[in-house]
Amino acid sequence: MAMATDVPKDGFRLSMLIYDTRYRSYTIQLVVLVLFALAVAWLLSNTVQNLAARGKEFNFGFLWQRAGYDIGQQLIPYTNDSTHFRALLVGLINTLVVAFFGCIFATILGVLIGVLRLSKNWLVSRLMTIYVEMFRNVPLLLWILLSYVILSETTPQPRDFRVTDEMAAAGKEPAAAMMLFDTVAVTNRGTNIPSPLFERGLGTLDLGFLSLNLTFWAIVAVIAGSVWVNRRILASARATQEATGVRPVTWWKSILVLFAPLIALLIALGFHLEIPELKGFNFAGGILVAHSFTALLIALTLYTAAFIAEIVRAGIMAVSRGQSEAAFALGLRPGRTMNLIILPQALRVIIPPLISQYLNLTKNTSLGIAVSYLDLRGTLGGITLNQTGRELECMLLMMLIYLTISLTISTLMNIYNKSVQLKAR
Amino acid sequence: MAIEFSRKDMLPPLPPPVSERGAVKWARENLFSTPLNIALTVLGVLVILWLVKSALPWWLNSVWNASSLSECRAIVEASAGAGATGACWAMLRVWWSGFIFGFYPSAEWWRPILSLGLLFAALSPALFAGQKRNLTIVIAGAALFLVVALYLAETPATAFVLSMVLILGLLALAQVAPAKLLWFTLIYPALMLWLLWGGSVWLPIVGMAGFGVLYFVFRLASPFIGLAPAAGLGVVAAALWWLYIDVPVVNQLQGLLPFGIPSIDSDEFGGFLLATVIGVTAITFSLPIGILLALGRQSDMLIVKTLSVGFIEFIRGVPLITLLFTASLLLQYFLPPGTNFDIILRVIILVTFFAAAYLAEVIRGGLAALPRGQYEAADALGLDYWRAQRLIILPQALKISIPAIVSTFIGLFKDTTLVGLIGLYEPLKGITQLVRADTNWKGIYWEPYIFVGVIFFVICFGMSRYSMYLERKLKTDHR
Repeated sequence: MAMATDVPKDGFRLSMLIYDTRYRSYTIQLVVLVLFALAVAWLLSNTVQNLAARGKEFNFGFLWQRAGYDIGQQLIPYTNDSTHFRALLVGLINTLVVAFFGCIFATILGVLIGVLRLSKNWLVSRLMTIYVEMFRNVPLLLWILLSYVILSETTPQPRDFRVTDEMAAAGKEPAAAMMLFDTVAVTNRGTNIPSPLFERGLGTLDLGFLSLNLTFWAIVAVIAGSVWVNRRILASARATQEATGVRPVTWWKSILVLFAPLIALLIALGFHLEIPELKGFNFAGGILVAHSFTALLIALTLYTAAFIAEIVRAGIMAVSRGQSEAAFALGLRPGRTMNLIILPQALRVIIPPLISQYLNLTKNTSLGIAVSYLDLRGTLGGITLNQTGRELECMLLMMLIYLTISLTISTLMNIYNKSVQLKAR
Repeated sequence: MAIEFSRKDMLPPLPPPVSERGAVKWARENLFSTPLNIALTVLGVLVILWLVKSALPWWLNSVWNASSLSECRAIVEASAGAGATGACWAMLRVWWSGFIFGFYPSAEWWRPILSLGLLFAALSPALFAGQKRNLTIVIAGAALFLVVALYLAETPATAFVLSMVLILGLLALAQVAPAKLLWFTLIYPALMLWLLWGGSVWLPIVGMAGFGVLYFVFRLASPFIGLAPAAGLGVVAAALWWLYIDVPVVNQLQGLLPFGIPSIDSDEFGGFLLATVIGVTAITFSLPIGILLALGRQSDMLIVKTLSVGFIEFIRGVPLITLLFTASLLLQYFLPPGTNFDIILRVIILVTFFAAAYLAEVIRGGLAALPRGQYEAADALGLDYWRAQRLIILPQALKISIPAIVSTFIGLFKDTTLVGLIGLYEPLKGITQLVRADTNWKGIYWEPYIFVGVIFFVICFGMSRYSMYLERKLKTDHR
């Protein structure tokens, strides 16, 4: 009787490519590779034929032509005389700005709601459940459109803010008033917020291909320096504590280091806020934030916060009760239990899904097209594409950029995730 | 002498103090246990009061009968005084068919209705495998829905009778041989396509015959050349059938026996009909593709693994909207010159790929969560790869991933609204925009969004509750 472990010795036969598990995987991989190559070749040849039939060619030269359209929200200098590439950059920055603020606000709101949903208060936890279910089960597009419509149709016109002489004489209030100590005005044309100005700004450094706003980078440098010095102070305090058992008092040093240099710099630069004022039929001064940006930000924040709340709740519930009981048994106060025992363990569960929520939020900013927010999708994949007729190049470039953003965020977050991960042997 | 002063019977226990029982105790524990809790409760009550104060009059002043927004407002002001606000649901009287069917001709509404009713009948064997009682409930519910909806849609008598025969036949089949219902599930996609888009009756029949050809060739060839090559040969034969034989045969048969229903163009689709068609089709096809991709990503074969990872990461890295624009703008570049197929079909293909990539990651999580011993046990039993996957690995892995799979489906269904951005008339961006552009209803915004939002909420919430039911039902571990 042949043993099952017997290896056939009668040489290699062609049928072994299919029936012998040692070779079968090579056969399958070869077939898959050939099929894949054939499919790619087919798609490429179709594309070449189609491009030839339409008399188009495949190159990115159009990026350096004049764009010829205006973009409402521009954080780097841009006019309609700039190139399509410049428009792409403006769009990319707009995408990143919404994504950045969206992630921050959604995290704050989401953590708050997730914690409140776990609260022992019956009423509050029910309200939070309603919030979460309501926002999770309705499409994001609805929230974007709805907040845009509400912002642009229910807000007062700029002339409603006006106080005429007769009204002042009669002691009547205008139909609409500015908010936050008369610094912010929400009108149907946009939100007017104060703009930071510098009397003695440092000007810009022109490097030819890009110009640096020195004032901005000076502030960034000072903040980064302060944070670094503060970390050194905390590290030395910890070292002292390890060596002597007594932790030196550091809070006033921290406050001094963190805020004094920044305030000094702002005073030196002559920092002041320019508050929007009603002049004629519209507000002048300050910055006009378009409703498309505000609506997109509000909708993304509210929608993603519902998902983050669930993640936070699951993370906190994943830490077993024994952990907090053990901490109480050690005599730790509730605040320190939360900081030292619960949070570090909950974070390990929370962070991976949180990363994917950040990624989703970033990708969802592309829905800004529904309210004509000119992000990457609106500039490169919208107006530029329509003006130049280069669908293939624009779409490929846009997908590549989104892919790069996604992979960058997930890489950065994975590095952070590794640092809080359980160090297993 | 007996001791007389000792008590002979016990006193009944006193009731607990008022603060320790009933509603008072509950409120003390759940609403007012700490200062923070009291503050939260007060805040919660304030929020509720504010919501009620701002929304309740608006609801109570609802107007159901008016021909324009200005008329609505006049009615509200007349009944509730100047400055009062009220909902204007009268808009729905005019536009409800747009929200549900888009521009589908009203004489043909019975077709989408019948498709929906049959969808439940087709899904029931998959949702409640072998449970006769649940099957009967679902199909009887579908039949009831069909009777009412088809009557309301003023269905032609022939179509009405045929639909009733079909659904009652299915109901009878569920009683006699519930397992046979799966055959109906298999032919349902062709039936649905035909019902919705219309055309010759021979289209679905000859199309389904392609699968018959596949099976026939497979059975014929498998004894001689083995299972895998025979399956490949079958696929090739079926592809040849669909490419070269299908259309002439349909034309011939249509010439001989011209049966058919009017064809409907894709741009007449809209509203929730469109969202459901895209959602249901993409959900159905994304699950098998997702499973294959997940297995490919877990595979030992380097090339298969690389291709799967590349596909999954690419799709997950770009927003759905760029894929939809690919469907509407770019797909024509990748196909042979002159081909131009339906925009809804193109969208469905891209949405299916999108969902499949997300599902693959979800299922991969389930596969990774299975203990190693399960794989080893399957190997020890001598099962080959596909048997091990089908009998041991996938049933457990899929069970673990049910909640995540369903939430992917929910996300997919919500994402169908994005097709509005490439010019299709889905309920949100498409139809609502039309309503708001209508001169009679210019300036209306809460009502259409609430209407659409509530329908989406009901469907998505229902799906998540079903997944919870399924999770409980399939739970086999020790509690």
